[in-house]
Amino acid sequence: MSDPAAPLLEMRGIVKQFPGVRALDGVDLTVRAGEVHCLLGQNGAGKSTLIKVLAGAHDVDEGTILWEGEPISFADPLAAIATGVATIYQELDLIDGLSVADNIFLGHELARGGITRDSDMNKRARQLLARLGHPEIRPTREVGSLSAAGKQIVSMARALSHDARVIVMDEPSAVLDPDEVDGLFQVVDDLRASGTAIIYISHRLEEIRRIGDRLTVLKDGRTVATDLPAKETSTADLVQLMTGRTVSSVFPRRTTELPDAAPLLTVDGISRDREFHDVSFAVRPGEIVGIAGLVGAGRSEIIETIYGARRATRGSVTVEGKRLRNGSVDAAVAAGVGLCPEERKSQGLVLDDAVYRNISLASLERFSRYGITTEAAERRAARQVATSVDIRPDAPDRIVRTLSGGNQQKVVLARWLLRSCKVLLLDEPTRGVDVGARAEIYTLIRELADSGVALVIVSSDIDEVLGLSDRVLVVADGHVVHEGPSDAIDASGVLDRILATHDDQQMIQGDGDAA
Amino acid sequence: MSTVQQEESTEVTKTRGDSGGSLGVVRNLGLVIALVILCVVGVMTSGDQFASKDNVITILRLASVVGVVSIGMTFVITGGGIDLSVGAILALSSVWATTTGTQSMADDYGWIVMVLSALLVGTACGLINGIVIAYGKVVPFIATLAMLASARGLAEIIADRKTQIIRNQGFTDFFGAEPLGIPVIVIMFALVVVGGWFLLNRTTFGRRTFAVGGNPEAARLAGIKVQRHTVYLYALAGLTCGIAAVMLMSRTTTGSSTHGTLLELDAIAAVVIGGTLLSGGRGTVVGTLFGVLIFTTLTNVFTLNNLSTSSQNVAKGVIIVVAVLLQQRIANRKT
Repeated sequence: MSDPAAPLLEMRGIVKQFPGVRALDGVDLTVRAGEVHCLLGQNGAGKSTLIKVLAGAHDVDEGTILWEGEPISFADPLAAIATGVATIYQELDLIDGLSVADNIFLGHELARGGITRDSDMNKRARQLLARLGHPEIRPTREVGSLSAAGKQIVSMARALSHDARVIVMDEPSAVLDPDEVDGLFQVVDDLRASGTAIIYISHRLEEIRRIGDRLTVLKDGRTVATDLPAKETSTADLVQLMTGRTVSSVFPRRTTELPDAAPLLTVDGISRDREFHDVSFAVRPGEIVGIAGLVGAGRSEIIETIYGARRATRGSVTVEGKRLRNGSVDAAVAAGVGLCPEERKSQGLVLDDAVYRNISLASLERFSRYGITTEAAERRAARQVATSVDIRPDAPDRIVRTLSGGNQQKVVLARWLLRSCKVLLLDEPTRGVDVGARAEIYTLIRELADSGVALVIVSSDIDEVLGLSDRVLVVADGHVVHEGPSDAIDASGVLDRILATHDDQQMIQGDGDAA
Repeated sequence: MSTVQQEESTEVTKTRGDSGGSLGVVRNLGLVIALVILCVVGVMTSGDQFASKDNVITILRLASVVGVVSIGMTFVITGGGIDLSVGAILALSSVWATTTGTQSMADDYGWIVMVLSALLVGTACGLINGIVIAYGKVVPFIATLAMLASARGLAEIIADRKTQIIRNQGFTDFFGAEPLGIPVIVIMFALVVVGGWFLLNRTTFGRRTFAVGGNPEAARLAGIKVQRHTVYLYALAGLTCGIAAVMLMSRTTTGSSTHGTLLELDAIAAVVIGGTLLSGGRGTVVGTLFGVLIFTTLTNVFTLNNLSTSSQNVAKGVIIVVAVLLQQRIANRKT
């Protein structure tokens, strides 16, 4: 036990077969106490399945799991928890209707003879939350009313409540703001110092550099590299390991000069109370305008207002010189505006419907007469677009839910390609998309622009915004604080501008509350 | 009216049910107001006849049978299911408990035999529902629809479509008694409500019911045996049907395959206007109690005014829609 290098958890040759798919095909993983072990891999590489195996939610077909050198099997979630493995899932696995304390102790309630001891649970929950540095979250508060970051903390408190020795974190930073990520890393550091092993899964290489000790790379259900030093391994090596190919240029640059045409989309002084104020910009055909800013700065609200999904309190949106009716999605779509929303799964896709039907959804009038759809034409057209954006697998009848994140995003893009829209609004186009598919989506976006579409892109990833767009707007607390060519500013410049307005912003918020 | 969250009600911003402070209070306030309005209408139109002690007892007696079933239904719906078979299970339980065979056993061993057989038959039917749903993965709507058809059919076969009169004097004496002027079946109803509230809000079983209904996958990953819990929930609903069967047997001194016809609709309506979410995850026993009382009082007021059952049904329909619309308004304003 005193040997820090002795593995706490060892997985050897794990195989997990699903009907028609070999999800895990020989995975090796060695985790030691007191280390942050990062797990990398593209979507579909088998990370989620591996996590479920560790959590006891899937049983394995082949392979052995050793716990402190002894063979062990995780037959069900209870067995995994009892052994000391706690999992924090990406889809936050909390019950909205229950209180914070109830969620923390769900399944292992503090009770006497089946009667819950609420005050004891609240007290213990308060201690755990304080240990995580969040004493402000009250144990009696309903989980549904917490922010994503708050829920993350509750999930972690639950993991701690089990006295877990291995904590699996599946993309914990995906829903967090930069300063919340700092808080998360503080917690991870404390856990590591106390001898807990963390299995950390993330798409963001810079995070892995910051907190990871060692890393394991999965590809197609196999371990392709293990025990690499997290801080020293180069990005190029990692990308190559994950994708099996090199990504030469991540952001495809503009190849042609931007034509000097009249703006396709003109946004003139739109505002919404307490969300954003006086936002104006214009996008020419073929131009990509990026909106950078922190979560909550009003980015998504701005483009949803342009799309008509929210009503502007002031200002106007004009497409090709024609002013759009305020707060009308119909008007925006009729004028040729498309939106790829931030919450792909809940706002963008009919998850249990076929790929081709999702693609044709915005163009149905083209494939119908008197409201009766002509299936064959719809299918043919959708298939063509699906092929052109390279949705994999190439099966138009497949249910969208079964696709990886990157391919789901391509389905949404294909929808607007089929509609041949003039203005495309993209909100977080690469959230939850792995490195390989990300590059493909960047190429697609560039192709769309080159074909004359006007694009507006919102992303939390400042490098992505700067790399893709021709011009960038920096938004802080609902105000545009900078506008200019993307190549004239870098990521730290953007951050400076956001931070520089922080004092002003507090004043403005004060005004807003008074009014 | 309920749980730990009450002390912090100002903090809870988004709630739909027992587990949530201020809105819970607001919702139940709405139900109380609706009940008060009904009572005022009753007093205005029928005066002393409505407000008399006898009439209040009549209302409570009427509420008892549907009320007990509704408490079981509250658990099933909170746990993410639905049970359409409650009326049929009640009928089968009542028939089984009043066959000549059972009654002659009751003559030998006491009336408790009849009670136990009603409870056993009810629980067994619920168990079958639960097993078919949890392990057979049949959707609850279909599984319990099948039980509705077969349980009532079986009741008809056993009773040969005849009404079975209860001859056991001990049974009728015990359940017909009125200690302190309160009928035994009303006392039973009260006990079931208190027990149901405690079970839902103060036990691990209740906590897990919310979890299973709110997010079954999350519940499973938290180590809860979701399938087994689902079986328990339907068995519990079946048990309440057995209890209700005993109550109805004592009220009518008969067992019959026609008992409890369309009872499932009244129970679901009471649960829903009480504020339990049909999609699961939120549930309130107190709300269900009010739902039952509102419907029963409505029936009573209509009857006292010599209005037809048809017009009662129209009023019921309107109340259901208005109640749900109001609740949505309140919920939206709160969030």
